[in-house]
Amino acid sequence: MTTLLEMRDITKEFPGVKALDQVNLKVEAGEIHAICGENGAGKSTLMKVLSGVYPAGTYDGEIHYEDTEARFNNISDSEARGIIIIHQELALAPQLSIAENIFMGNETATLGVINWRDANQRTEELLKKVGLKESPTTQIDSLGVGKQQLVEIAKALSKDVKLLILDEPTAALQEGDSRKLLDLMRELKAQGVTSIIISHKLNEVRYVADTVTVIRDGMSVSTLDAKDGLSEDDIVRDMVGRDMSDRYPARERRAGEMLMEVEGWNAWHPEHLDRQIIKDIAFNVRAGEVVGIAGLMGSGRTELAMSIFGKTYGRRIQGQIKLHGKPADVSTVNKAIKAGLAYVTEDRKSLGLILEEDIRFNTSLANLEGVSKGGVLNDNSETEVAEQYRKALSTRTPSVFQKVGNLSGGNQQKVVLAKWLFTAPEVLILDEPTRGIDVGAKYEIYAIINELSAQGKGVVMISSEMPELLGMSDRIYVMNEGAFVGEMKAEDASQERIMSLIVNE
Amino acid sequence: MEKNTQSIKAHLAAHMRDFGLLFALIAIMLFFQIVTDGTLLKPVNITNLFLQNSYIIIMALGMLIVIVAGHIDLSVGSVMGFIGALAAVLIVNQDMPVPLTIAICLVAGGIIGGSQGYFVAYWRIPPFIVTLAGMLVFRGLSLWLLEGQSVGPFPKEFQILSTGFVPELFPESWGAALAELVGSRKFNVLSFVLGLVAAGAVLAVGLKKRKQDMAYGTDMEPAGLFWARTAIVCASIIFLMFKLSTFRGLPNVVVTMGILILIYAFVTERTTIGRRVYALGGNEKAAMLSGIKTDRLTFLAFVNMGVLAALAGLIFAARLNTATPKAGFALELDVIAAVFIGGASMSGGTGKIIGAVVGAFIMGVMNNGMSIMGIGIDYQQVIKGLVLLAAVFFDVYNKSKQG
Repeated sequence: MTTLLEMRDITKEFPGVKALDQVNLKVEAGEIHAICGENGAGKSTLMKVLSGVYPAGTYDGEIHYEDTEARFNNISDSEARGIIIIHQELALAPQLSIAENIFMGNETATLGVINWRDANQRTEELLKKVGLKESPTTQIDSLGVGKQQLVEIAKALSKDVKLLILDEPTAALQEGDSRKLLDLMRELKAQGVTSIIISHKLNEVRYVADTVTVIRDGMSVSTLDAKDGLSEDDIVRDMVGRDMSDRYPARERRAGEMLMEVEGWNAWHPEHLDRQIIKDIAFNVRAGEVVGIAGLMGSGRTELAMSIFGKTYGRRIQGQIKLHGKPADVSTVNKAIKAGLAYVTEDRKSLGLILEEDIRFNTSLANLEGVSKGGVLNDNSETEVAEQYRKALSTRTPSVFQKVGNLSGGNQQKVVLAKWLFTAPEVLILDEPTRGIDVGAKYEIYAIINELSAQGKGVVMISSEMPELLGMSDRIYVMNEGAFVGEMKAEDASQERIMSLIVNE
Repeated sequence: MEKNTQSIKAHLAAHMRDFGLLFALIAIMLFFQIVTDGTLLKPVNITNLFLQNSYIIIMALGMLIVIVAGHIDLSVGSVMGFIGALAAVLIVNQDMPVPLTIAICLVAGGIIGGSQGYFVAYWRIPPFIVTLAGMLVFRGLSLWLLEGQSVGPFPKEFQILSTGFVPELFPESWGAALAELVGSRKFNVLSFVLGLVAAGAVLAVGLKKRKQDMAYGTDMEPAGLFWARTAIVCASIIFLMFKLSTFRGLPNVVVTMGILILIYAFVTERTTIGRRVYALGGNEKAAMLSGIKTDRLTFLAFVNMGVLAALAGLIFAARLNTATPKAGFALELDVIAAVFIGGASMSGGTGKIIGAVVGAFIMGVMNNGMSIMGIGIDYQQVIKGLVLLAAVFFDVYNKSKQG
């Protein structure tokens, strides 16, 4: 076998963060190579380096492809060499037909006039290759996600793909569709197409991969060969094995009286009414307790939080919520806030903050009654409140009149926290509270969470970073595909246990 | 001293938009004052300027709120015409009492605004489409109501809405004495006194705000700049009111307009509901997740717009003393242009009442000045279009320079 691709000592730095640190990856021609790693380990960054999203010169290290050093300046450079990425979020135009999508930007045309007969004919051949029995003129949005995935692959084949990269291809697929897709990968392999698959699902990795490279914290830690026999345990250990000492401030763990109980919680997709997103979930939070919810992206954690917080996600929401043992009405955001809930959103820029406005404006936003009398705002007390939280959370800013759009991620997150703390909540649901924040600021956020629990508030923490959940939580629920698949105390929890609960589903 | 000038420059750069707008208005007024040989600022023309622009300014107040909330209303010109027609039919044809008619018309405006807002807020139909439909519907309905004819004239008590003047409260001898002093035919003491009071109020509010900013360490306007700006504003108010008092005094409509401007400036800047509108336009999802009832707020913004369009329609009809099927035609464009010239952003979340008012005056002074100069309507349109583009370009350019 010859080596098709070799990435040597790839190092990629973002301001303040080393995303990749001397990563090595060697892909043989004609194999299926799996890349495994936790969320944020650096898999996607590595693929962006490879495909030219981060152009040559913005990273250190060398890429050798087909025996020459490759320097891609953009995606079309890498595509011209037959490297094609299919992202997790599909890049299809839903209102156009299969053929229109496959030849988008690559139309068979003379003088700008498209030859549809030729396009449809070629599309039919491509669809046959990927085993999709649909007419080339079928509109994309009438297809399921699984079939759309196949269209993406057909599109890649239309461009003479040599190295096909699939980023979490089965994340949104049902069991049967996943299997079909994996079989197609094997078939393409037989036809000489080399593939890289990024996946969390270790059973699938075992099913298709010839070689597995594990990446952790931006470093390649191991390369395992299927010929030696792949064990999921080995892969999991390599994925999570890191020391966690001193990354989390110490907290006296004490769970007080029962604060919030959720029972029989169900919710359906807002548009696809037959898709149940949240399946019969029950959980509880006590005063002073930090409860973690683990799970992969797309497992329904955010949807769960939003369906509880004012029913801001989903339809046909059913279930009971009790606060202090009494049924609580959380059917609108206002009622949820009054009942003592706060939800710190996952995406602070698009859901948490008014970026064009200043810190003061954002701090008082969820509790304007607290800084006004008879509907008239009191400037002074508003400034005082903003100042008070700026000091309490040590938000670094010249003044509370600074536009929040100009703050760093960590300080923006503190403003979001300030907004919710000012509503005097009893239970805070924190959705990915440290995403996109540098290490120092993370520690400060953890310290704030500990402080809240010391004040007797209940904290529900949703996070994709397992070390963070293990380091901060008293109790962890594991969520997968809309349901809770396990619950464990922090002392009994380990990344291996959580991972195996997820991957064994 | 070196440090001070530096900070003036920095402050000017940071508040380029606000100062730019004020200077633009002054520059445009000076320009037309010169090229019209002083006609622009003659008392009779100043009075005219206010009368001509009052309904645009009144609608700009509502439009600012709609635009800050992230929407647009293209129907206001038609609605204004329709309400004028309704008033004419009720008063002239049906002999309905004036106060009752005014009440009916304002309620009708609210219902019209609400029915459009209902589709925007609760059915998420883009406001461009809903209000484009409204524009056609109400243009057609005014034609139908008036049967294609002009209806008028109105009784005196309706006309004073627009063409009436505030009666003099001070003894006649005072006015006569002052008229002799300044060398005019007559002098309305009340309007001049009100001008002095308004200027004093501007100064007092400015000083109070400044004191507060000082106490809280807000980014401070350099002292020189503050005094210069306040002096210009106060002097302008006194100057305009002085001019008005040497003519017929204070038009009723200026009082209505002034009170509305104050109310809307207060509501948008100092109340929770105003704050929520800015949050809604700034980031609707974040606002909704902070407990703001974004749908209802959008609905109310359109109701408010409808009421103000109705009021503008009444004032317009009163001024012309007749309702015509063409009333308000294409006026929505002037109103929207005024709001954008005044610094509001198409994407919502930014813009101030005072900006919209100054924007409307810029348009108004240009209309008036160019008409005095005898510039044809063709060139006028071209120039107005270019001014709108230039103002928004100035905004975008400034933003891109700030990074």
